Amino acid sequence: MKKTVMIVDDDMDYLFQMKVRIEQFGFEAIAAEGQKEAETILETVRPDLAILDLMMENEDSGFIVAYKIKRKYPEVPVIIATAVTAETGMTFEVSTGPNKDWIKADLFLDKGIRPDQLLKEIKKLLKM
Amino acid sequence: MAEYKILVVDDEPGIRMGTRRILQNFRVDYPFMDEHIEFTVLEAASGEEGIELIDSEMPDIILLDNKLPGIQGVEVLEYVKKKLLDIVVVMITSYASLELAVKATRDGAYDFIPKPFTPQELRSSLENITKQLFLKRMTQKMNKEGKLIRFQFLSVLSHELKAPINAIEGYLKMMQDKQAGESIDAYHEMIDRSLERIAGMRSLIMDLLDLTKIESGKPVQNLKPIDIASVAKLSIDTMRPYAIQKDVDIYLNCKEKVAFNADANEIEIIFNNLISNAVKYNKTGGRVDIFIASENDRITIQVTDTGIGITEEDQSKLFQDFVRIKNHKTRNITGSGLGLSILKKIVDMYQGEISVHSIPEKGSTFTVTLPVLN
Repeated sequence: MKKTVMIVDDDMDYLFQMKVRIEQFGFEAIAAEGQKEAETILETVRPDLAILDLMMENEDSGFIVAYKIKRKYPEVPVIIATAVTAETGMTFEVSTGPNKDWIKADLFLDKGIRPDQLLKEIKKLLKM
Repeated sequence: MAEYKILVVDDEPGIRMGTRRILQNFRVDYPFMDEHIEFTVLEAASGEEGIELIDSEMPDIILLDNKLPGIQGVEVLEYVKKKLLDIVVVMITSYASLELAVKATRDGAYDFIPKPFTPQELRSSLENITKQLFLKRMTQKMNKEGKLIRFQFLSVLSHELKAPINAIEGYLKMMQDKQAGESIDAYHEMIDRSLERIAGMRSLIMDLLDLTKIESGKPVQNLKPIDIASVAKLSIDTMRPYAIQKDVDIYLNCKEKVAFNADANEIEIIFNNLISNAVKYNKTGGRVDIFIASENDRITIQVTDTGIGITEEDQSKLFQDFVRIKNHKTRNITGSGLGLSILKKIVDMYQGEISVHSIPEKGSTFTVTLPVLN
């Protein structure tokens, strides 16, 4: 059985490119164009992993989707893919520290990550 | 667990007790809050009693009735505003006095809850208010620490500038790797999308240039008598090719020559933004009407379209930086999200006003009124 990866991003080009890439990795890809669509899909679908953009309808849409995924499917790993760190110098550390309580993501990735690195991170989170 | 104090000022004991009961086991969760928030309820049967409790207990939220036995609710609201207290005031009011409630929100009340309300209505109102208050306090804290200066603007800006580059880079890499095969035909869509993103980026840069020319609050500089209609015509000419592409007709309705002291460039930015939006968000075969009129000491510019319209919820966000209304109807329309915020800044400079009236699926009307400056 192919694992299912959900991708959420409001940039239709980035979303398309990620979908192609994820499918090349050999996963099933489900694409959602924003927070609302993601929330609708999540009502009926349990992905094996989710990759979320941060700023969509709202600046914190990614956090909210992550929060909702974790509430419904606590065991599903969540990656937030963002360019925020590079843009603002603001860093999030999810594995330690006080942020762990409220940022419900397993990993932060920069959007410009190399495909092979992305695959490595996904496999690690899926314990493959 | 954090606790917010809610003060209910209402002379009806039923409302006070009801509120207490409804909020007894109520709590608000929010991803950004590391803890949930619960509520304690304080009661006041009159405005005077309310003010006493405001001073002694410093509540976080006030649910305020206007019709009170002694001083009126709006006076309590004034008291809070005058003392610059960090309290969110929500008017509770019967439907009959909705007009008053709307006025109160203009005078600084955060919102109003029509009476009678259901427990669910009260809870969901309070949930929103609590989140708003929480975020506001967090922002204030960050402001104090000097962290938030231009931070939001710059971070969104770089996000908006970078997104198209990422997208185009992605497509180019796909082409470089020949991911869709040897034939160039397979890449048409990617090329089209890349060109589209470049166009979007160019318009963002143009808007940024406009933005650097104006600084909010700065008085208008190059005042000269200008003929508003001829500025409008200039702007229509600029938009004409795009309107033809979309099969949208533009009509200018201006009975008499309207002269006005202004900076022509700034007035042109106003027209450019209003007309380009009216074309962009129109339906194929639609129309745009521009009305210019002068009355007493005010000039009115009105641009009406027959486009997709804007929901009431979205209307309130329209004039903020980088706000783009995202839904299935707008997904193929590009824009920087700066146009209307630039427009608003210019209108503010002229001490004018801008308003929007819109019906989804029918169209929108933007009205700018500018006082005649000396």
